[in-house]
Amino acid sequence: MAYLDHAATTPMLPEAVEAMTAQLTVTGNASALHAAGRRARRTVEEAREALAEALGARPSEVVFTSGGTEADNLAVKGLYWQRRDADPARTRVIASPVEHHAVLDTVEWLREHEGATVEYLPVDSYGRVHPEALREAIERDPGDVALATVMWANNEIGTIMPIDRLSSVAREFGVPLHSDAVQAFGQTEVSFADSGLAAMTVSSHKIGGPYGIGALLLGREYEPVPVLHGGGQERHVRSGTLDAPAIASFAVAGRLAAERHESFAREVGALRDELVRAVRTAVPDAILGGDPDDRLPANAHFTFPGCEGDSLLLLLDAQGIECSTGSACTAGVAQPSHVLLATGTDPDLARGTLRFSLGHTSTRADVAAVAEAIGPVVERARTAGLM
Amino acid sequence: MTQTSQRPLRVLAAMSGGVDSAVAAARAAEAGHDVTGVHLALSANPQSFRTGARGCCTIEDSRDARRAADVIGIPFYVWDLAERFREDVVEDFIAEYEAGRTPNPCLRCNEKIKFAALLDKALALGFDAVCTGHYATVVTLEDGSRELHRASDMAKDQSYVLGVLDERQLAHAMFPLGDTLTTKDEIRAEAERRGLAVAKKPDSHDICFIADGDTQGFLASRLGASEGDIVDEAGAKVGTHEGAFGFTIGQRKGLRIGHPAPDGKPRYVLDISPVNNTVTVGPAEALDVTSLTAIRPRWCGAAPAGPGVYTAQLRAHGGETAVTARPEGDGLRVDFEEPVRGVAPGQAIVLYDGTRVVGSATISATRRAAAMA
Repeated sequence: MAYLDHAATTPMLPEAVEAMTAQLTVTGNASALHAAGRRARRTVEEAREALAEALGARPSEVVFTSGGTEADNLAVKGLYWQRRDADPARTRVIASPVEHHAVLDTVEWLREHEGATVEYLPVDSYGRVHPEALREAIERDPGDVALATVMWANNEIGTIMPIDRLSSVAREFGVPLHSDAVQAFGQTEVSFADSGLAAMTVSSHKIGGPYGIGALLLGREYEPVPVLHGGGQERHVRSGTLDAPAIASFAVAGRLAAERHESFAREVGALRDELVRAVRTAVPDAILGGDPDDRLPANAHFTFPGCEGDSLLLLLDAQGIECSTGSACTAGVAQPSHVLLATGTDPDLARGTLRFSLGHTSTRADVAAVAEAIGPVVERARTAGLM
Repeated sequence: MTQTSQRPLRVLAAMSGGVDSAVAAARAAEAGHDVTGVHLALSANPQSFRTGARGCCTIEDSRDARRAADVIGIPFYVWDLAERFREDVVEDFIAEYEAGRTPNPCLRCNEKIKFAALLDKALALGFDAVCTGHYATVVTLEDGSRELHRASDMAKDQSYVLGVLDERQLAHAMFPLGDTLTTKDEIRAEAERRGLAVAKKPDSHDICFIADGDTQGFLASRLGASEGDIVDEAGAKVGTHEGAFGFTIGQRKGLRIGHPAPDGKPRYVLDISPVNNTVTVGPAEALDVTSLTAIRPRWCGAAPAGPGVYTAQLRAHGGETAVTARPEGDGLRVDFEEPVRGVAPGQAIVLYDGTRVVGSATISATRRAAAMA
């Protein structure tokens, strides 16, 4: 088996498994006042501090959520409501068109149900938002902007966004900028303080931690309206009993992700480069998606003209190679990727994509398996054509 | 003669989300074939179609099929054939009714989708066969050629809707349920035993792309209501209707003729004339058909050179009737030994030699025993 879908989820790190299992048998609600509660609270707060350090943030800026999707929802909806409640004129949401659906669909929901107007920023052929584009959008009427949201790195094609420069533009106008950093964390330097972002999403299971836990990094001056109401945990921004085992494990994975991101980029990046070369050798007309240089080190995205992504997936799966088309499904039916369409790719071409995403368990054997299989697989998928 | 004795094949199992296709896929996998499951997304907007447990077009059906594939332990994909289905089946269905004929969309789907679009893609991707949950039997002869036969259990036989398959399509078809001499309850029990959650799922009936089963309503929404006359055999107006397209020859219910016929007997639809939007009704005897002509014949093997004596089936759940069929131009002329009722242009006639499917054709015109006024 060659598992090359780490961007979907990556195996848990042994250290993270250990941290989690150690906590699973410990009783205690971190909100309780007795000894068991205090013990759980200590676990959670130490984890919060570790994660804050890993992400260049203050502990109080870490708001634990159930994962990346919830963090994105909280940031986008919560900040929209906060800003609009403070000034009813602020109803414009500025977003990149290449966001993950957790952001995109939330933004669209605000348009349909909360009176938001949505403005999508232009992107270049690598799917990158340029700071000038953000400036132009805000400048048109700085008074009506509720928030802006631009992901740190694209989950499909791997392009890294100029987050520092985008956030200085937003700060200049007092507009809160949120960034989904789910894919970036662990693969490139991610510092919340240095970024100047108002809010930033991270997820645990993409960095070797457990499922079901993530965090929104949230500047202390922001009080987003909660999506989940209840016991008032997490600065009254996100209610719900804290999942101490998952949080402890997430923090371990987060610390390791931050510590290892340079070696990860070097080693996994070299494997990725090898994979890109192999695919290009076997299929000379394969098109590499995203920025060839300034991209996530573990991501390789290709478009194979004349192929259906689904066919490629089926044929590779039959040979034990597990990857993804990179785009979302509707009722199980693959849709042309909104990311590729936003970069100006022809819709028919956009149907023939594959995303290989490597991770901490990837080996040269995985790359060799792809190198051997991809040529005949593409040839066969081309015969089947587009349906 | 059974397929289980063959070498292992790469098989693409079409999985609707129902119990039959799930058991068929499981049997193929158990027989040692390398099986991949595929659910066909046939609606561009799945939510707008069936929302109940029946049919084959809902997200729920897709999930049921996926769940079954996971239990069987085979890969599973959803293929989007909505556009092809719309063009080749749904639009054809509407156009046929509009022209006063009575189409069978299931036949059409087998001919154009399952054993054409799907089969072609499967073969291109390196599969050897397409497997479905139909009840029919494929027999491989000594020389390697193949014949389609009725299912072992005549009560469940579905060879009629497969009668459109030609030799090439048949060569790549696999029907693991065909030699099942069991009741539907036993198929459900087998599904249960295999751990397939679809074991208790209700059967699908009627037409999968008409959500509420209201064919007339569906046609009216697509073709627009258009009031016209219902007349008797003499041409006298006996009622009105909201669109001639909504009727089928032989239909008795839903005519809403206020007063009884002079002889007090029930009246049936005898003729549909889309040109002047008229529906003609009359007594049951007037439905008696003695012969018909049919177009677009498709043969499961070599086309017969001259007349032949066969049994014919005229509807999905109809009985058999003895006929003599002879090639006539590009089509076929069929004479019935005894007059038959309720034969409508647009329907398929499938010819059998014993249990063997010889071929099929689309009925284009019928000749009545009693001449119409």
